[in-house]
Amino acid sequence: MKEIMVVAEHRRGELRDITWEMLSKGRSLAEAMEGTLSVVLLGKGVKPFAEALRSKAHRVYLIEDDRLEFYNSETYERVLFQFLSEKKPFLTLIGHTAQGMDFVPALAIRLGWPLATDCIGIEPKDDSFTLIRQIYGGKINAEVSFVRKAPYLVTLRSGAFSVEEKKPIEGEIVTTSSPLSDEVLGRRFIEYVEASVGEVDITQADILVAVGRGIKDAENIPLVKEFADSIGGALACSRPVVDKKWLPKSCQVGTSGKTVKPKVYIAIGISGAFQHVAGMKGSGTIIAINKDPKAPIFSVAHYGIVGDLFKIVPVIKDKIKEMKK
Amino acid sequence: MNIIVCIKRVPDTADADLAIDRSGRDIEKTGLAFDLNEWDSYAIEEAILLKERFGGTVTVLSMGGEDTNESLRKCLAMGADEAIRLTDPAFSGSDGFATAKVLAQAIRRLPYDLILTGTQAEDDGFGEVGVMVARLLGLSHVAIVTRVEMEDGKIRAHRELEGGLEEVVEVKLPALLTIQTGINEPRYVSIMGIRKVAKKEIKVWGLSDLGLKEEEVGLKGSDIGLERLFLPLVGEGAQILEGKPEEVAAKVFEILKDKGGLV
Ligand SMILES: Cc1cc2nc3c(=O)[nH]c(=O)nc-3n(C[C@H](O)[C@H](O)[C@H](O)COP(=O)(O)OP(=O)(O)OC[C@H]3O[C@@H](n4cnc5c(N)ncnc54)[C@H](O)[C@@H]3O)c2cc1C
Ligand SMILES: Nc1ncnc2c1ncn2[C@@H]1O[C@H](COP(=O)(O)O)[C@@H](O)[C@H]1O
Repeated sequence: MKEIMVVAEHRRGELRDITWEMLSKGRSLAEAMEGTLSVVLLGKGVKPFAEALRSKAHRVYLIEDDRLEFYNSETYERVLFQFLSEKKPFLTLIGHTAQGMDFVPALAIRLGWPLATDCIGIEPKDDSFTLIRQIYGGKINAEVSFVRKAPYLVTLRSGAFSVEEKKPIEGEIVTTSSPLSDEVLGRRFIEYVEASVGEVDITQADILVAVGRGIKDAENIPLVKEFADSIGGALACSRPVVDKKWLPKSCQVGTSGKTVKPKVYIAIGISGAFQHVAGMKGSGTIIAINKDPKAPIFSVAHYGIVGDLFKIVPVIKDKIKEMKK
Repeated sequence: MNIIVCIKRVPDTADADLAIDRSGRDIEKTGLAFDLNEWDSYAIEEAILLKERFGGTVTVLSMGGEDTNESLRKCLAMGADEAIRLTDPAFSGSDGFATAKVLAQAIRRLPYDLILTGTQAEDDGFGEVGVMVARLLGLSHVAIVTRVEMEDGKIRAHRELEGGLEEVVEVKLPALLTIQTGINEPRYVSIMGIRKVAKKEIKVWGLSDLGLKEEEVGLKGSDIGLERLFLPLVGEGAQILEGKPEEVAAKVFEILKDKGGLV
């Protein structure tokens, strides 16, 4: 029977959402292929996670080692290389996250197994899979297939697969030994550094006006600031605006910034890359202003305005001032 | 300190109205502007900053067609010392894995202490080439780097995680880092600056120069192959507000009033 393996992701005492997403997708794949679903968990003192994962898989492989207290690409690669070469699951699912992007490509080389990264769709086809990936910042989808034969490695995009409620499995926990010894590593974990909250906590705002690269220049920021002020909203932004230092990091919305859920989110000149959308798709009402009618932001927005922000935003701003009176 | 930077030339598609071409396997590229992959512009800048502080050389490496010379020249104008283009008919159809093999094979011929790549390419977005090159060369690596400090043959790097959290790690040299946007402010190069390096030689290496076999590269040497391209389903999609700016503004006002977007 074909085995589908999920590599659980956790950080600082919490299982990350991607783990449940992979298990949900893994379960439907296992059902479609009449296979079994397993999950492998690496860490120190992570037994409680194994208990939590049991309901979602037939087997939970638990590999505990003091050296796995903090994630390190080199220890992860060694442990998973050993484990996966023994088990040879037909398909292994891992998150296309900061963690997955860091160790999976190296693991694939070491195993000599084919890898497809950042997939938003995966379905069985003959003795392999059809995979969907996004290219050009989410503007085009690509259907791809494996050139080589199984075993396969696939990384899944966070948030692309929903977590479906299914009958609990209550699988077995299989304690597995760690192959690590006190070998010298080339890389060492030092510490975590927390982001600063900033003057305005955008996660607390009811109304957010978010600006993207479409604003073109720092000197145009006051335009959106005035608009935000006119409706009593706070200013937020996409990553390039922070990269260019037009606004502070504390304003950034997205996977590497903040997750926000305001009543109203207005995205101005933001294309809607998944790393941005992940941070704002839970907003009550989303309004997008973009000159490109095919911008991916329009597929998450409730209302869209297609056009030049420099022509539209000033008019809306004035109209609101007028109508508020 | 010798630094190698891998760069890719990509079409600028953020502002463009993209269409799929007749083959169904590529986008219509005529009319698109091409430039250095955004992540790579930060990688080359970081390399030049390190060179300015610690001395040494910066070599830029790219697998691509003749047009790629333009991006390599831009890197030379920014301050790189040498540029090498890897090209061969056999390379076409390469995915990230096949690309990584070509790059790693070229790097084996060069002296280096540090290799920098971008975190991901704007076009295919594999986010895998850098880390694959590191493993092919047997080097330690750090992905998604937002800060680099160097001392005693070691790199202390900040690595970006989710939610604004960062992880600080230390790696011994030689090592490979994949660079994240925002780590620095890539310098501007003027047309004059590019003109100055117009005559500089760009070395060209092909399949046989690299000692690679045809089946190791291109589609045959890849993990994945493209079946077809299609436009993403818009799903429910947004309700588009139409009309003159004045009318649109009035509609926005009503929506804001209705949804609690006015304070
Ligand atoms: C590991 C990782 C983490 C990341 N984390 C984040 C994150 O947390 N947050 C984030 O935002 N991004 C993040 N990114 C970056 C992300 O991939 C995109 O590059 C980014 O979101 C793009 O920002 P943008 O939409 O502002 O710019 P672009 O994609 O350049 O889009 C600009 C948009 O403006 C429109 N436009 C241009 N001019 C006008 C005009 N005059 N009027 C109207 N519209 C106009 C264009 O049509 C285009 O759609 C991350 C990337 C990586 C690899
Ligand atoms: N054809 C190429 N030539 C040189 N470097 C490349 C090439 N393709 C990818 N890279 C490097 O690998 C990084 C990640 O690309 P990718 O894995 O394709 O998302 C890029 O930012 C470049 O630094």
